Amino acid sequence: MNWIDNSLNIHAAALMKRSERAEIIASNVANSDTPGFKARDMDFKMEMSRLMQGAGRLATSHAGHMEMDVTQSSNLLYRVPTQPSENGNTVEGEAEQAAFTENAIRYQAGIHFLSSKVKGLKLALRGE
Amino acid sequence: MSLMNVFTLSQSALVAQTTRLNFVAENLANAEVAAGSPETVYRAKYPVFRSFINDELSDSSAKGVRVEGVYEDETVPRKLFDPGHPLADDTGFVYLSNVNTVDEMANMMEASRSYQTNVEMMNTAKQLLMRTLTLGQ
Repeated sequence: MNWIDNSLNIHAAALMKRSERAEIIASNVANSDTPGFKARDMDFKMEMSRLMQGAGRLATSHAGHMEMDVTQSSNLLYRVPTQPSENGNTVEGEAEQAAFTENAIRYQAGIHFLSSKVKGLKLALRGE
Repeated sequence: MSLMNVFTLSQSALVAQTTRLNFVAENLANAEVAAGSPETVYRAKYPVFRSFINDELSDSSAKGVRVEGVYEDETVPRKLFDPGHPLADDTGFVYLSNVNTVDEMANMMEASRSYQTNVEMMNTAKQLLMRTLTLGQ
């Protein structure tokens, strides 16, 4: 059922990436008072295009080659603070909270898209 | 599912912030405790936070936080001339703890704000997971 896979795939992948990002931001917020902690985040657009193009997947041109999928692990970047703090911590609570909320909204949007897709498919199958 | 890990991470922060609040309470409770010598007097205590990779989250590199240790404030305790005090030394001085109540209040507010933020994150993560569970219905 390749067509089902194709139509759901991108949104499902986006949800996975979104939840991964939520985890990273949660880690930042948890460490908002840890001296020397460096806040991290991912470039969502870059990660998605990496996933879609399959970049990072090694070509298997020989029967003895093993498939290696490095698209799963995200490329984490360090956040640049607007106001560096004395103890080396680069977490800015408000910025992190804003990023988390934005991420949550986009996650919900993803769920919405996925829901509509499922509804559409159901309708097509039933044919009523 | 990474969203589940949000709970583990936020929970580690809740525990750490609670420990910090406990230290604030202990410091404030002992703010006016007197002693006969500068060595035995109560000194303000603070937790040391350190991030660590949680073994429960085997598939991720996200770090939680934990209290790694405690350090005592090394500032000189307050010295008060009070010859009538039962704990006064030979020269008539008593020593009071070096707890700074204003610092402690600020510390307390910061801890409670961090706690709130983490609880909010857990709530949001919960909402997202619940919506994911009802997907396609």
